[in-house]
Amino acid sequence: MKRTFAAAAAVAVAALALMAAQPSAAQTLRWSAPGDAVSFDPNAQLDSFTQNVLSMVYDTLVRRDRKLQIEPGLATSWEVVAPDRWRFKLRQGVKFHGGEPFTADDVVTTVARTIDPGSRNKGNLATVVRAEKVDDYTVDLVLSGPYPLLLNDLTGIFVMSKTWLQAHDAIKPGNTSTGVTTFASNKANGTGPFKLESYEPDSRTVMTVNEGWWDKPEHNLKRIEFRPIKSDATRVAALLSGEIDMISAVPLQDIPRISSTNGVKVVEDPSLRLIFLGFDWKPSLHAAPNEKNPFLDVRVRQALWHAIDLDQIQKRIMRGKSRNVGTMVAPPVPGYVAELDKPLPYDPALAKKLLADAGYPNGFKTGLGCTNDRYIADEQICLAIASMWTRVGVQVDLKTESKATYFPRQDRGELDSWMLGWATLPPMDGFSVLSAIFASREGGYGGSNPGGMSIKAMDDLARKAAVELDETKRRAMLAESFKIAKDQALFIPLHQQPLAWAMKTNVEMPQFADEYVRPWFAKVN
Amino acid sequence: MLSAIASRLSQALLVMLAVTAIAFVMFRYVGDPVAMMSREDATPAEKAELRRSLGLDRPVLVQYGDFVGRVARGQLGVSFRNQRPVVELMAERLPATLELVLVATLLSLSVGVPLGVFCALKPDSAAARAIQTLSLVGISMPTFVTGIGLILLFAVVLRWLPSFGRGDVVSIGGWTTGFLSRSGWASLILPGVTLALYQLTLIMRLVRAEMIDVMSSDYIRFAKARGLPPRYIHFRLALRNALMPVITVTGLQIGSLIAFAIVTETVFQWPGMGLLFIQAVSFADVPVMAAYLLFVGALFVLINMAVDVIYTVVDPRLRTRRA
Repeated sequence: MKRTFAAAAAVAVAALALMAAQPSAAQTLRWSAPGDAVSFDPNAQLDSFTQNVLSMVYDTLVRRDRKLQIEPGLATSWEVVAPDRWRFKLRQGVKFHGGEPFTADDVVTTVARTIDPGSRNKGNLATVVRAEKVDDYTVDLVLSGPYPLLLNDLTGIFVMSKTWLQAHDAIKPGNTSTGVTTFASNKANGTGPFKLESYEPDSRTVMTVNEGWWDKPEHNLKRIEFRPIKSDATRVAALLSGEIDMISAVPLQDIPRISSTNGVKVVEDPSLRLIFLGFDWKPSLHAAPNEKNPFLDVRVRQALWHAIDLDQIQKRIMRGKSRNVGTMVAPPVPGYVAELDKPLPYDPALAKKLLADAGYPNGFKTGLGCTNDRYIADEQICLAIASMWTRVGVQVDLKTESKATYFPRQDRGELDSWMLGWATLPPMDGFSVLSAIFASREGGYGGSNPGGMSIKAMDDLARKAAVELDETKRRAMLAESFKIAKDQALFIPLHQQPLAWAMKTNVEMPQFADEYVRPWFAKVN
Repeated sequence: MLSAIASRLSQALLVMLAVTAIAFVMFRYVGDPVAMMSREDATPAEKAELRRSLGLDRPVLVQYGDFVGRVARGQLGVSFRNQRPVVELMAERLPATLELVLVATLLSLSVGVPLGVFCALKPDSAAARAIQTLSLVGISMPTFVTGIGLILLFAVVLRWLPSFGRGDVVSIGGWTTGFLSRSGWASLILPGVTLALYQLTLIMRLVRAEMIDVMSSDYIRFAKARGLPPRYIHFRLALRNALMPVITVTGLQIGSLIAFAIVTETVFQWPGMGLLFIQAVSFADVPVMAAYLLFVGALFVLINMAVDVIYTVVDPRLRTRRA
């Protein structure tokens, strides 16, 4: 009896061992991330991770190079023929994955589909009125007025094939309100470096190399298998067990363990996403409805900045992985000025003095709102800041909650002080901060300025920079806006989030501050 | 008989209405889909327009009425997250969840019943005591801890089994199955064990208690006095009677396994309905959440109704009483 059991166990173990043996083909990249592409229709979603996955299959008119600078893509050159008309020369001899030749008609169709009222990402091409075909390889984009960031916008517009869309009745994008879904939502036909072979949501997406790609490949991949894994612990386990070659978004607490494992490495860089605190600017705070809002005094805002020990947060909470900042934009982004990038020093005594000078020797009451599931260690950071502010005499009513309820509340201006992260994406330009955060909420500006902050100099700069086609002048305007923000302590910038990927040692994958995975630069040895 | 079923059906309808009503009240607090769907630097006008186009600017009661009306016409709407029909999304995910639940149920029955019998027959043996103690662990350990523990042991350290996913699936007329490939079977083991563990301990304890009860009844003593072989007494006479409540509980548990597979599916990236629901929650994808709650509600109502109907068929006393 006992012997039969032992034999059965041995057989079971052997069978299990056999089953686990997985084929690992050479030059296949198996990677994982917490999220999945929600749809392959470029115009049916706004999700930045989905856009990343789509960029492997679809090309854009202009694209980002290894240094994130804009370079020619499907367009070889362009000129501004009138302030509201840009002319693009298109690359010849390019073919879609289905064999259709790429021409100006495809660009016209793509633009029309993107700016269609039913398109989800029409805001990403908001200034374009229409596209006009000049000849087969020349196309004009007509704008509503002068606009300096057209190329930035175009880096996110995926060119689709007119013939293919027509053949599958998908000329119009899918639309949530009318319930229309299209053929393009789980099939793709681009001109990009990889072809979509299969797409099983939350399970796997398989791509194969596009042998007929117009560009000279810098990668050596034959096949990409993307396997989304939502649970952090499982994703790390899948890398350590060898089932996955690379994972993006490594949880901070797992970095030491992965680094010390043979055969895998961790790659780290500061990401573009910058975390900061903002204030309410209304006459009084929610925490003290009958008193004057203390944040309206610049000394109070500076005091709160001096009260935060950024180094402690960096060391203790971010495990030394974040980069502390003093300005509202990250170094690679146009508008960044190195001189501004020094935080006000940690000085609780000075903070107390500034508060006393402002008329708050015994502090005041304020709320502080934070997410607990959006940014890295967001809740712990806010807990630390609340206790640091308490130490200089400010009574903090801290409230942390899920992003799904936090962002609507923050947007309605219901928080006295709040945390936000900003990556300036998709344009990757300082103007995104100026127009959405610094400018007052009016006429398309100030979308993320919920507290009622209104500074005339900022509003003027935003409106001037929006139409300034001279890049030097435009950058000077952006720089000026960041200087005002620093001098007035309008916000308290904290740090750039760390970006950490882990991969097997035989995988070479360059990392980018915009958190995009660009496998066309990857090598599997 | 028919009138009993009809009255159950109308009750079921009321339950479903209550489920959807509660769900709709809850949706106001889980978050705002517009915030999730907008670009980071979206203008207020863009957001307002999106809110209008989704019909979210209307009063909650109107939205609810609209929803019930559409469900009555068999339309569950389109997901906010990826703009695909909700029915299609659910149909895609149903096979994964059902196969997992089937494996977990079979596993818990085939292990739980024999262990329960063993513990009832040899209550004082060391093995029975060990099993009893272990079952306490099984019943009190959170699912994600069990899941992660199994992954670490069998996927990372021993490398015998895959840590996530369904393996290779075969599609048969719209139904994807993992039963037809080796990697499919390998992938089922860890999530299956994780999901089965709670039910397994439950069944084991139930069988043990019932068996002990039955073993002390008169007819078993008579059987023993007659000198019938112990095997016959234990399995033909005692176990069959002890199994009646086990069958009821297993039936009802299948419902909760489907509904509560959420944690197991998240840990193992099992592409079933639970994973779909979790993602819908984090995106405030109201149509998917509503449809899922509707589905789970309907499932419980149906199972309970089926149990009631079977009772009336099996037990004539219930029939006459109701008539």
